Amino acid sequence: MNPKRRTRLTVVLFLLAGAGVSVTLVLLALNENINMFYPPEAVVGGEAPVGTQIRAGGMVLEGSVDRDSESLDVSFVLTDYVGAEFPVRYSGILPDLFREGQGIIVQGELNGEGVFRASQVLAKHDENYMPPELAEMSAGHQKKPNPLNYDR
Amino acid sequence: MIVELGHLALVVAFCLSLLVAVFGLGGAHRARAGLMGAVPALVAGQFVFLGLSFGVLTHAFLVDDFSVAYVTANSNTMLPWYYKFSAVWGAHEGSFLLWILIMSGWTLAVAVKGRELPPAFQARVLGVMGLLNLGFIAFLLFTSNPFERLVPMTPGEGADLNPLLQDFGLIVHPPMLYMGYVGFSVAFAFAVAALLSGRLDAAWARWSRPWSNVAWAFLTLGITLGSWWAYYELGWGGWWFWDPVENASFMPWLAGTALIHSLAVSEKRGTFKSWTLLLAITTFSLSLLGAFIVRSGVLTSVHAFAVDPTRGLFILIFLALVVGGSLALYAMRTATIRSRASYTLASREAFLLLNNILLVISMALVLLGTLYPLAYELFTGGAKISVGVPYFNAGFVPLMLLLSAALGIAPVLNWKRTPAGRLLGRLGWVAAMSLLLGVGLPLVLADAVSWQVMLTLVLAFWILGSHGADLVRRLRRGTPPLAYVGMQVAHMGFAVALIGVAVTSALSVEKDLRMAPGDTLELGDLSFRFVGVERVSGPNYLADQGEFAVVESGRRYSLRPQKRNYLARRNVMTEAAIDPGLTRDVYLSLGEPLEDGAWAVRIQVKPFVRWIWLGGLLMSLGGVLAVLDSRYRRLRVKRDARAAAGAAATV
Amino acid sequence: MNRASLFVPLGIFSLIVVLGYLGFRLEDPHRLPSALLDKPFPEFTATVLGEPERVVSRSDLLGAPVLVNVWATWCPTCKAEHEELMRIDELTGLRLVGVNYKDDRTKALRWLRDFGNPYEFVLEDADGLLGVELGVYGAPESFLLDAEGKIVYKRVGEINPRVWRNEIAPLMERLEVASAYE
Repeated sequence: MNPKRRTRLTVVLFLLAGAGVSVTLVLLALNENINMFYPPEAVVGGEAPVGTQIRAGGMVLEGSVDRDSESLDVSFVLTDYVGAEFPVRYSGILPDLFREGQGIIVQGELNGEGVFRASQVLAKHDENYMPPELAEMSAGHQKKPNPLNYDR
Repeated sequence: MIVELGHLALVVAFCLSLLVAVFGLGGAHRARAGLMGAVPALVAGQFVFLGLSFGVLTHAFLVDDFSVAYVTANSNTMLPWYYKFSAVWGAHEGSFLLWILIMSGWTLAVAVKGRELPPAFQARVLGVMGLLNLGFIAFLLFTSNPFERLVPMTPGEGADLNPLLQDFGLIVHPPMLYMGYVGFSVAFAFAVAALLSGRLDAAWARWSRPWSNVAWAFLTLGITLGSWWAYYELGWGGWWFWDPVENASFMPWLAGTALIHSLAVSEKRGTFKSWTLLLAITTFSLSLLGAFIVRSGVLTSVHAFAVDPTRGLFILIFLALVVGGSLALYAMRTATIRSRASYTLASREAFLLLNNILLVISMALVLLGTLYPLAYELFTGGAKISVGVPYFNAGFVPLMLLLSAALGIAPVLNWKRTPAGRLLGRLGWVAAMSLLLGVGLPLVLADAVSWQVMLTLVLAFWILGSHGADLVRRLRRGTPPLAYVGMQVAHMGFAVALIGVAVTSALSVEKDLRMAPGDTLELGDLSFRFVGVERVSGPNYLADQGEFAVVESGRRYSLRPQKRNYLARRNVMTEAAIDPGLTRDVYLSLGEPLEDGAWAVRIQVKPFVRWIWLGGLLMSLGGVLAVLDSRYRRLRVKRDARAAAGAAATV
Repeated sequence: MNRASLFVPLGIFSLIVVLGYLGFRLEDPHRLPSALLDKPFPEFTATVLGEPERVVSRSDLLGAPVLVNVWATWCPTCKAEHEELMRIDELTGLRLVGVNYKDDRTKALRWLRDFGNPYEFVLEDADGLLGVELGVYGAPESFLLDAEGKIVYKRVGEINPRVWRNEIAPLMERLEVASAYE
């Protein structure tokens, strides 16, 4: 092998190694950071894992929002309006569009008692936006999309 | 009647762009000087008619012509005039009209500035751009006509512009972003024209370099403004969310950054040619993919436009034709390219290659994270997932740190090879200094700092140090060329942004708490006293305005965050109060009202957050400076032709 | 460079396009849920807005094609849609029946007084229970029923001139409804 070729081979090997390491890291990171989404039915039915970061969603049940009078702790119930509902606890500021009857998404962990401890509460940002995971959820389980100018 | 004129002007522009495509590509193919000669005039006509169309829509907004459906949906008589103006591009139809107008502006610029290009080449470039604009205008006319009338019944009042968009940031952010997105169509058109003509030498790289730089500078500015807007307008102090729509603008930026570096190698050294062509195609393709993501509703996002299946399908087909066609052309035409690659590891070529690889991997990483939920849903039959921010950070941050490490070495490197002694001699003390500063400063100025922050700071000082030293050396030898100054400014901007990201991510303080009037919070050197809340009214909203008396190291000021209620849409909006500063922002936002006059309040101190956007502005400025270099003022066709004759890569 | 490797970008891109196309089919937002298409409109009973004594049921929707429109005063899009409904009422022989969804009676009556009433009658659904039976979970939504009460078309989201022209107007002839509104 002449020196020129050897140099080029070194460069190529160096780059391949770098690329290989990067790709591996990326795939590992991707697998660790996907958040599965569960509708109320799956949370209640025990399909959702306990103690793992997940996302869940539903409509905020009317009359269920309870704010602590001393702190920013809040609890509410998420429902799909057809029988499945689960309690959520959260501490912090709720988004502007958090309202009763509104579809929202919570991110956090489910504990052994079936209570969802949310680290994040997401509501749609304007009437043109609905979290994609909620789009499919509905009373009749039929496709419930996120169309233009659609209010809930 | 005026509105119909706008529609008509759009139709005329459609016909003109068809002629531009046919005359440009056909004329070049058949070598008909007459056909090619007519193209610039047609391009000018297209621009004039699109400008007319845009003017008509703007007029409809300014005079509250609610017979136009688009105006009704996005404006209101109470809206201040400047927001009526920016509401023109506040939603899908109008923003796409702006996109097209900008596209035709770029085409006109190529027609005017590119007169010194070989006529056939220029005709091909204009023809390709005409073809693109033809597709865009067809999209607007057939799926998203902004001039659609609400007749016979005209509403008396409009639905108002989305309050999030009633802001200065939104007046300037989309035009800048589109200038960037669409600007890369020039590099794309140059690449396709080069592929069509079979002239794949260094000349096309030289010609397309300034165009790519300008587009890149605009895109950089657009993204910077977008991040700034999200920071102060979304109300919660975040400046980057890895949201699909943000990613849609970031992917072309990453590919475009790789492109402007790769173009340098192709122009100066005649290597990487087929790679550079591929990057030019990729960058613009990612702009189009971004448009698809934003406008089809395939991926839902905070910023996404309203969903319409016909639109998504149209863009997808357009994307398949344009990108598929150009990639097929690429695959068929570049097989004959031979590069004379002879360089060592310690050379500018090798490091620019490394830069390209890191940037393309970053781009692929963002692309994967953006499209993964879609793929996952498809392959699992409907399981919904979201890709968390940690994924993007975990992959992206190490890559950027590697890039920074390499970037610090860049100014010292020669083409082909650099003596090891010089590397050590010039960089040894920079390395030592940056280690000292990067580790020392945080230890002295802040109490507890993670090693990640120290590493990032070391690398930022490493870039600043090696570039600064090189700048001093160049200045001693006389005034350096503007292209060099531009490179310096852009690279230092990158380091500045790096410092901002590291410090603000690590040292920001955030407190969510319940505050009743009279309550006080002490936070380091700061004390916040909640005075109370009063009702105030704006032109089209009512607001609860909180007043906070702040004492910061003896300085006293008030911050007045608002909770706004926009009347027409009944949206609630959080309007943060910010006391900006170069070394820290104090950021206050009102959450929701609680019992007894208390409010949920978020108080944040964000050190160095402004450096992120300062860095972005510097990068953008660097891109502009590089283009102003005198060697681009006049395209030296003759010398390029000579270079072309000498290049081994003619087909 | 290896010839075949030049086609790699094209291959990757094709995959993305296929993904985009499938994903986009997946998200097609206005697609009629197949479960409802050609199914009879569900049984229900409800009182009429403004006439608390009058109870109507599914049989009141039979006899002629009818557009059942779910609306509410809290829904800004319904406001935009209202004008289109007025136009449809004025220019066609189509019956319109409203469902006032999760709303306040007084506000709803004021709305109809202020902006006009295109409906033959409006069903009250203050608690949203009728909405659950209809599989509705937001507003606006609309169902087009033929004379036998079968759902021939459903729209999630507003009806605007484009939707009318492209999707509903073509059905008018088949349903034998007179229409001067193309």
